[in-house]
Formats: sequence, structure tokens, C-alpha cells
Amino acid sequence: MNLSRRTALLGLATSVSLGRASLALASAPTEKRLVVIILRGALDGMAAVVPYGDPDLATLRGELVPPAPGQANGLLDLGGFFGLHPALAGVHEMYKDDEVLAIHAVAGCYRVRSHFEAQDYLESGADYRMTSGWLNRAVGSLPASGTSRPDGEALAVGVAVPLLLRGPAVIANWAPRGFVQPAPDLYATIAALNQSDPVTGPAMAEGLRARGFSASVMTGEEEPKDKSAFPTLAHSAGEMLRAPDGPRIAALEIGGWDTHTAQVNRLNGPLKQLDAGLVALKTALGPAWAQTAVLVMTEFGRTARVNGTKGTDHGTATVAFVLGGAIAGGRVKATWPGLGPGQLLENRDLAPTLDLRGVAKGILSRHLGLDAAGLARVFPDSENVAAMAGLMRA
Amino acid sequence: MEILTAQALVRFGLGRRGGEPLPSDPAAWLLDQLQQPDPTRLDEPPTTAAGLTALREDRATKPPPGESRSRALFKVQAAAQIANAITTPSPFRERLVWFWTNHFTVSLRRGQCTAVAAAFVEEAIRPHVIGRFSDMVLAVMRHPAMLLYLDNATSFGPDSPLGQRTHRGLNENLARECMELHTVSPLAGYTQADVTSFAKILTGWSVDLKADPPGFRYRPFAHQPGVHWVLQQQFPPDEAGGIAALAFLANHPATHRFLATKLVCHFVADDPPPDAVRVIETVLRDTNGDLFTASAALLKLPAAWQPATKLRTPMEYVIASVRALDVPPDEMPNLLGILAGLGQPFWSPPAPNGWPDRAIDWAAPEALLRRIDWASAFAARVGGRDVVEVADNTLGPLLRAETREAIRHAGSRRDAMTLLLTSPEFQRR
Repeated sequence: MNLSRRTALLGLATSVSLGRASLALASAPTEKRLVVIILRGALDGMAAVVPYGDPDLATLRGELVPPAPGQANGLLDLGGFFGLHPALAGVHEMYKDDEVLAIHAVAGCYRVRSHFEAQDYLESGADYRMTSGWLNRAVGSLPASGTSRPDGEALAVGVAVPLLLRGPAVIANWAPRGFVQPAPDLYATIAALNQSDPVTGPAMAEGLRARGFSASVMTGEEEPKDKSAFPTLAHSAGEMLRAPDGPRIAALEIGGWDTHTAQVNRLNGPLKQLDAGLVALKTALGPAWAQTAVLVMTEFGRTARVNGTKGTDHGTATVAFVLGGAIAGGRVKATWPGLGPGQLLENRDLAPTLDLRGVAKGILSRHLGLDAAGLARVFPDSENVAAMAGLMRA
Repeated sequence: MEILTAQALVRFGLGRRGGEPLPSDPAAWLLDQLQQPDPTRLDEPPTTAAGLTALREDRATKPPPGESRSRALFKVQAAAQIANAITTPSPFRERLVWFWTNHFTVSLRRGQCTAVAAAFVEEAIRPHVIGRFSDMVLAVMRHPAMLLYLDNATSFGPDSPLGQRTHRGLNENLARECMELHTVSPLAGYTQADVTSFAKILTGWSVDLKADPPGFRYRPFAHQPGVHWVLQQQFPPDEAGGIAALAFLANHPATHRFLATKLVCHFVADDPPPDAVRVIETVLRDTNGDLFTASAALLKLPAAWQPATKLRTPMEYVIASVRALDVPPDEMPNLLGILAGLGQPFWSPPAPNGWPDRAIDWAAPEALLRRIDWASAFAARVGGRDVVEVADNTLGPLLRAETREAIRHAGSRRDAMTLLLTSPEFQRR
């Protein structure tokens, strides 16, 4: 398939800016699929999965709480205590099919309220910034790693590789083109002139390889209908992950969660994008969905109280989602800390009772077969964080 | 061309423009740019009042996306900024304007900033790049673009008369980013309580859209009463408290360390040499944050004259390309669309920490291939120029023999120009 065909497939032929969404992929010696979605900007977990059964919620949140389940535009019930935000209707359908596990009052291993530090730590998998991301180290730790794939180890789509996928395992990337391209022999001369440069040399070689690699995995299917960036990229990710010789690991990201003001209105758009993206991913994966685990995570939660501008400020614990055909879902997993006096962290944030690394470890061990040594490489200094059991279908 | 001259043009400048005259003493040429008045003359200088008036009208008339007065104003003003960068005889000074604009990011990703982003650069940044850092901080924090971008315009003291009446309260966004990104940085070891307290200090610093002309307004009725503490320092109530707190933060030792690190990272190397950072930090401390002296000190760092340690950002790359080809103004391509395509849409960083400043952040494989694709499209403008001459003009002794050979043997002038623009020596600075 030629480049313009692939560009058309992505539905982005005229738009070279991907806005706040991006996608990166890596191949791996497994038939299982793993997708990690980073919500950059801090999703308010108590708005996505609302603990409407908590008697202290209304005092803290007031008008930020949607109507109860069953009412117009009300919450989508998750078993009597928690309710899903009404914009997540597609996720709710998957929940009813036991494919979604919501994990609440969860947080990373760091306690900072800076987006930039927290995102670095979330992607590093540590409470300090590492030069590689935990998903890259996971790819490098897979049991059969070393068996080389004929068409390259990894592929990233977008103009930047997120820290989550940076590291020793090789990552390439490509994105919908925006400019007329030179002939192949000119590319080759350019690459040769850059060969000695430690930065531009390897990156150009990888980029050229990735463009070729992409052509072999993208099969000629219909253009996705939803033109918005995140669902479009999620659909493309699903198609590439589905292909027999395609990548197995994908990292997607979507922004827009930093709702300091007018949260009720501002959260609708990103949640709908996320919901449409997850549905598009499932649709595009087709039969491979049964082999798929998706982890949706954000750097931290937001304050339990509404702030002075009908929004919420940077907090601590939040919600994560684990979903896919391989997931034992249909539940909310939480040790609910409560919202009453004395129960909030620093009298401010939802208190964390679960460690996000435990969730990731549970997926990496039970879904991708990483052993204890591999998990220790992926998440340094995490000996006392057990892999969460019961995430996967038996 | 001497190697130091070539280095001055790319390291501290924006690349040589065509065959413009070369300075005989490169260090003196750079210093002179700081000693002369800023030569920037924009046809219609952007103002906050005009920007906010456009925003006010857009809110009243609700035009379809892309057809707002704000957007129209931005396009004209952004084009003027880019044209100024292409033609300026003081490229070092312009680089400082870019550096500080990125340090104090306001981004068009927040739509309200669209019509005031240019005014922000011209009013809060440009006048202060060789002045005192504390003056720049104060100008930035009072500027409607920043107050809108980071939500302070609607942050009310919960115990203020307005907060009590409207039941609206604090928004700590600006206070947190001012401490984390603009001044002391996490090096200072501040706590959540410091952030909350500083947010209270800044309550009332707001934007009056209804006034004529619209602009910054301190609203005493929105200010959280009482004295407040930040980093063990006590600050008085009212507007004076905010002014004092900003002066304190701007002159904090952690701020000097943080700014020195960023400046050296930008002008010297991705991994800033610690002794170079120490020199700049000491200058900032000894001069109470005098940016003229600090900028001049950068020129004296031996490490700053090591060639090609930095990778040009898309913005630096595109401007240098246009300058190298000396494209006439009426043949200028639409650089706004190009910058977006190369991953650096104008004045639109994704987050308040601005654009990244290290090679690894701009050297994703696809990002570099896009540069190649753009360069090959842009190289079509080469016309009848002698590409070896263009290469010698723009890079001088930095041009490698192998690149010169490849240019000489290219199949067309356009391919030759593509090879020049995509060579590592042209992509680095």
C-alpha cells in the first residue's frame, strides 16, 4: 500500500496536526495485545466513576455530581454504590458484558501535584524520572524476547514517542504525512549524510524503516467514520494490532482533563472522545479483542472538593480502567477510603488505597507472562507491591 | 568565514540571512545587540486593549470557529512576529524574546489567549529581556493573557466579599505554575500549603473585559483577606502582598539556579555543564536578576562556543531555512501551517511548561522525516541560486566536505538544496 493510501486510511489526509491525541506501537513476541492509554492532565476519578452511594459526596461536590442512575442524563449504574459518567455509555455497554473493571481510589507511587513531574513518574513506573518508560522495559522483558520480527521491532505513530515507550527496546514512529515527499534515493542520501550524527542519524534510519514497515501491516480497510483525532487513532491502532504480523503493544494518549474551571461542561468532550475511542478500538480489533487488555490511567486525581471556579485542582487518588475481552470485568475494584471528616488525604484529596503499579503488574504477569524478575525490572523498588490478582479471565 | 562567526550566527542567532555582511568581532556583535534599542518595529503594535476588545466582541457575536475576530487578529500578529524574526538585524535579542516567551508560556490551546498572545509578548516579555527578571515576572503575572490562561482571572478569595456573595472561591492553577515553572521551581521545596497560600495572595488579580479600555484589574472585593505565608515569609493583604510575594519569588536563590539551568540548557547544551550553570547563577544572584548581565555572561562561557551541541527546534529550523534562502517577503510560504505540521504550532505549546528544549524531544523518527519532507518542498524555491554558495554563506566552515560533495553531485538544484537543509550541520546550532 502506498503512503497516500495509508494516510487516507487514517482519515487525516488534510490534517497533519493530531491535536492532543497521539499513538505509539511496539511489536512483541506474543499473540496477546496490550494497549495503555494515558489521560494527560489528571482525570477527576470521582467524576468519571462517581461514588454516588457515599453520604459525604454531595457536601463536597454539590452541582458537580450528575443525577442519580435512572434519572434523565443520570449516572450509569455500576452496582449500587458507584455510577459511570453518562458520557461513557459505550464503556457501560462493555461493563455489562463483563469486559470492564474500574479500579478506584488508586494512585501511582509518587505524591506530587505537578502534572509534569507526575506524568514523568507515571510513565517511568517509579517515583523519580528514568530515561526509559515501564512499557518499553516490559517489551524488553517478555519471555520470548529476542526472536526478531521480520518487519521491525516497534512502530510509533505521531511526531513524538512518549516516555512510556522510550528505552532500550527499539521504537520507530510515523504519522500522517503533511508534505510532498522526495524520491527514495534522495532519502537514502540524506540518511547517509546524517549517519554520523548521534541524534539525527539513528532517528532518520528508524523513521524510514518505520514508513516501510507501516505499509506491510496496514491492510486496505475502510476509512474510519469518526474523524476526531482520538477515536481515529484508536481505530488505526486496533487495525494494526489486529493484523497477524502487526504490532502487539500500543500506547495512546489524550489530553483535556485539567478541569480547573467549569468542570461539568469541560469534561464532557474528553470523556466522549475517550468513550468513542475505546469503542473504535474494540470494533477495529475484531476477533483479537478477546486477546486484548487495555489499561487507562492518568497521573493523579483531583481535589475532593469543588474549587472556587466550579472545577477541581490537582489531587491524589483517582480511577483507572482495565478493559478488554481478556479482562474479568463487570466490577468496580476498590477499598473505598470514604469522603467523611478525617478520611481525605491532607483534608483535600481522595486517599489512595491501591497502587497503580499493582494493576500494571497484574496485567503484565497474567496477560503477557512476565516473571518476577521481569516485573522487578519494569517497576524498580516495588517488591512490596503485589501483582493484583483476578484481573484476567480464567 | 571564521568558525566563531559561524558559531555566533547559529548558536546565538537565527542563522545568516542570505549573504548579509559578516561581523568582524562576533562576540562584540552579539553584545551590541543587547546594548542597542530593540529594532523591532511592528506595523500595528498589538495591544491588550485591542485583543480583549476582539475577545469581547467574539463573545457577543459567537462567530463560527475560525472566523472570529480573535483568530483574524492572531493571524496578522503572528505573521508580523515571524516576519520580524526573518528580517531582524538583532537575532540574539530575538532569541531571548523567544526564550522568555516560552519560559512564561501562554498557549492558544486556551482559546481566550488567541487575541492577546501577541500583546503578551510585546508588553510583558520584549520590554524586559535585558531588564530585571522581577519586573518581567510582575508584568507577566498582571498580564490578561496569563491571568486568563491559568485561570487566575476567576479565582476568588473564599472569605472575600465577592466570594461570600457568589460562593465562588480559589483556583490555584496560576499560583502553582508560577512557583513550579516561572520562579523557584520544585528546587525550593515548597509545600501544598505554600501553593494554596500564594493562590490566596493572588486573588483579585483579574481581567476587566467590560471596562474601556479592557485590561488588568485588581478587584479588592475578590481578594482573600488577611496576611499570608509563602516559604516562611509573611506577606501583607491586598495587591501589595502579591507584588511583594512575586518580588520575593523572583529573587529567591532557587529561582536563580532554575533560570541559570534553563538558560544554559538553551544556549549551551542539552546537559548543561554544571560550572557554566554556576557562573550564570552567580551573576543572577549578584545582580538581583539582571538579565542584561546574565545574557552577556552567556557569551563569555567557553562551553557556549563548542559547535553544534543543540538541535534546532522546528521554529528555529524553519526560520533559519527561510533566512538561508533569503526568500523575498512576497514569496513567503504560510509558516503557521508549516510549523503546525512540523509539530510546533505557533504560540500553542500543549502545556504551561512550554516547548521542550532538548534534541531528544524533537528527534522522534517521524518528526525528522517530516523535516525532510518539508525541506524538499521548500527547496523548490531555490530558483537559479548556486546551492554551494548558499551553503557556504549560511554555514561557512561548519559545512562538512561530504555534504558539499553531495550537494555538488545532486541531480537537481532542488535536491541539492534539500541535502543542505537536511544535513546534520544545518539542523544543529
